[in-house]
Amino acid sequence: MIAVPFFGAIGLAIRLDRGPMRSAADAVRPGFTLNDETAAAGIHFVHHRAEFDPKIRNVEPHVAALGASVSVADFDGDGWPDLYFTNSHFGQPNALYHNRGDGTFEEVAASAGLADLNRPGEGVSMGSVWGDFDNDGREDVLVYRYGYLALFKNMDGRHFKDVTEEAGLRRWVNCNSAIWFDYDRDGLLDLYVTAYFRDDIDLWHLKNTRIMHNSFEFATNGGKHMLFHNLGGGKFEDVTERMGLGSTRWTLAAASADFNEDGWPDLYLANDYGPEEVFLNDHGRRFVRATAGLESESKSGMAVALGDAYNRGRLDAFVTNISERGYLFQNNNLRLNQMPDEHRFHNVADATVANAGWAWGAQFGDFNNDGFNELFVANGFISADKNKSYWYAMSKIAGATGQLFEDAATWPAFGDASLSGYERARVFLNRGLSGWVDVASAVHVTDSYDGRAVALADLSNRGSVDVIVANQNQRAVLYRDYPDSANHWVAFHLVGTRSNRSAIGAEIVVEAGDIRQRRVIDGGMGFASQNDRRLHFGLGSHEWVDRAVIHWPSGTQQVLRHLAVDRFHTITEPGR
Amino acid sequence: MARWWERGHLLDPRYLIAFLISLVLVAGQLRYHMLGGYERLVLALLTCTATEALLSWFVRGQVVNLQSAYISGLSLSLLLKPQGAALWPFALGGFLAISSKYVLRYRGNHLWNPTNFAIVTLLLAAPNRVTELSHQFGSDIWTNLVIWGFGLAIAARVRTLHITLTYVASFLVLNTLRSLALGMPIAPEIAPITGPMYQLFVFFMITDPRTVVRERRWQMVVAVLIATTEALIRFASDSGWPLPTAFNAAPALMALAMVGPVAKWIDLRRAGRGIPAPATSLATPAAPASLDHGSSPVTRAGA
Repeated sequence: MIAVPFFGAIGLAIRLDRGPMRSAADAVRPGFTLNDETAAAGIHFVHHRAEFDPKIRNVEPHVAALGASVSVADFDGDGWPDLYFTNSHFGQPNALYHNRGDGTFEEVAASAGLADLNRPGEGVSMGSVWGDFDNDGREDVLVYRYGYLALFKNMDGRHFKDVTEEAGLRRWVNCNSAIWFDYDRDGLLDLYVTAYFRDDIDLWHLKNTRIMHNSFEFATNGGKHMLFHNLGGGKFEDVTERMGLGSTRWTLAAASADFNEDGWPDLYLANDYGPEEVFLNDHGRRFVRATAGLESESKSGMAVALGDAYNRGRLDAFVTNISERGYLFQNNNLRLNQMPDEHRFHNVADATVANAGWAWGAQFGDFNNDGFNELFVANGFISADKNKSYWYAMSKIAGATGQLFEDAATWPAFGDASLSGYERARVFLNRGLSGWVDVASAVHVTDSYDGRAVALADLSNRGSVDVIVANQNQRAVLYRDYPDSANHWVAFHLVGTRSNRSAIGAEIVVEAGDIRQRRVIDGGMGFASQNDRRLHFGLGSHEWVDRAVIHWPSGTQQVLRHLAVDRFHTITEPGR
Repeated sequence: MARWWERGHLLDPRYLIAFLISLVLVAGQLRYHMLGGYERLVLALLTCTATEALLSWFVRGQVVNLQSAYISGLSLSLLLKPQGAALWPFALGGFLAISSKYVLRYRGNHLWNPTNFAIVTLLLAAPNRVTELSHQFGSDIWTNLVIWGFGLAIAARVRTLHITLTYVASFLVLNTLRSLALGMPIAPEIAPITGPMYQLFVFFMITDPRTVVRERRWQMVVAVLIATTEALIRFASDSGWPLPTAFNAAPALMALAMVGPVAKWIDLRRAGRGIPAPATSLATPAAPASLDHGSSPVTRAGA
């Protein structure tokens, strides 16, 4: 008699392993499609990964597995968002795609002076963030590298000048993330730069091979992060120590928003080999690491995307991690922001959004304009020989002590093995309390590239949320969004006056009927990416916006009522 | 110290082992948050103890000592890692672990270490939802050394040190040979044994007195066989054989699940032919029951 439930339990385990009898994706109508129109748009960018010192040849596919990035900026101010991709191999150019406004792009990086940034002695690009640091009305760009930071001033909307040296930013940083934000609300964009490998490491001229993390869970031997205060006049000052932000965790992504709604922009860090961190801004005087319920979960944070997951009028955080069948379930986190009242974030990721493979860049966007944010998640780490997996080798080294695997020479050789390669991207449809459902294949997202950076932008100014994905060592992809035409939308282009001109850090709460949703203008968000500076809100069937509240970075609050829908609104910050 | 050690000899060794795994769990949770949620621990413990109580009452007419179920529950909550926030692996794992002792039997003895059986079964049956321990005590050598120190001392006290050391020595020799044969660096091949999963394995699983063979020398032979099987699995993985993921991800657990029951079956068969157990046998009532498993010999006698 005991054998019956015993074998029944084994059968139940097999059944539960398969998931639901009928895929939830079959039962829903996404209300949008995302069509790969990369070639038609004239985007032919292909990322090339770095090559490093032969001393670490055995782990080079792992160490050089980053660098494909994409950021969005209207660099010429013509009202059409442009795209900037970074490359990571010496001699391979970065690409600046100018949006012609007719659905096509032209590559202009060389003439703009933003192509030749991957050179011996200078480093290779890992990403870029745009912001008008001198408030002259033109978006400037910081390129971060495994190497020297590079700040380019936008001279005339067509040409850029390297002003790194005079800005005081010529620092060697092995960096995978940087963000613009105005931490002291003085109207000038400041710069936060996170580091990954230590800054005394030149990956092309290694003194020794002890360059890796010293723990898979609580590593603190990474590079030191830096905060640069914008002094005005094109000068920056290193205020890292004074502001309490000199973390040496292996940070892969950072994002900023006012999580506790005290009027000051805070920081959220996704750390590899460690727990996530939130640093609260104490009135621009210093940052304090918050006890926000994040300390207990050490994972492999790859990206952090901010968005209002359940229309609560708050910015929640989606942090990507690693999941691999049979080996490791770190699970992505969907953390609800309860900072204003409970001083913590609550992880509510269900089984669907928790497992997206080896997940990288992600963004919240309302692809069907129904008033709820979907999630786009890029996946896949290293796609090489399909018949060879490094996971078994990784399992050997991951169980060892930190002293052993801190030395790259002790790692098993990668050879031509894959590591969570050929994974497909995920598109999670938001069904509110009914949970999330992956509709990627239903909306035509079927690629299996090694996705890294994901950026969202309305590239055609038609009320949709297009997706641009930079893939590691592979071609970039543009997915054009075709939302349900029955739904309405509204979008905002903010121009700061007392705040920074780019309005980075401004948050808008839109109220339309039962919809109440918050968005932030990011100075870098996701993984190695930056979204359209204009904020897009889906409105469902609502034909007007009841109220829109703009929280400007300066502290000014502006209320707009009864806005027309299906159009862009350009809002200039009111004076005192 | 000597007096403490002597007093220790008066203790039921099972308490020492229960203490050790409790120590691992508490230290791992307080410092490294290994559990990933107390609900997992509660569910695994409840399932294991309830299943043990119910099945022992059903089969033997009385509820046995629940200490081994307690140890199984702790082991499972440490070693099982589910996909997402799923809790069912802890419930099913707990039930499979305890009920295997009542179903998979030969001549009145169970053949598999219960925790090992549950984990291996779930890894094979549900690889999309379950994996094994991924936390590593922060990859900190000092934490690992403390646990190795406690573990070796208690293994010596409960007279299972020879099994542990035989396995460790075999692992080091065989995997060094394997790395040399395949032309791979040695360090990554012997690195896994420094991790927490192996601590639980060498102190709690392969030494389980209810599932080890009787004679000391055969216990050492079986330990060598387990290490050999594991090395062969690793060799197959290195060579790219298309094994189920469970073999690649948990070769030690798979090796024990394959070798342990066969050795135990042969041992029981020999015992059935009247070959007596030697005085050093762990299976005598006074001998230590280790971590996981096996109900109290006293209560078993009444079954």
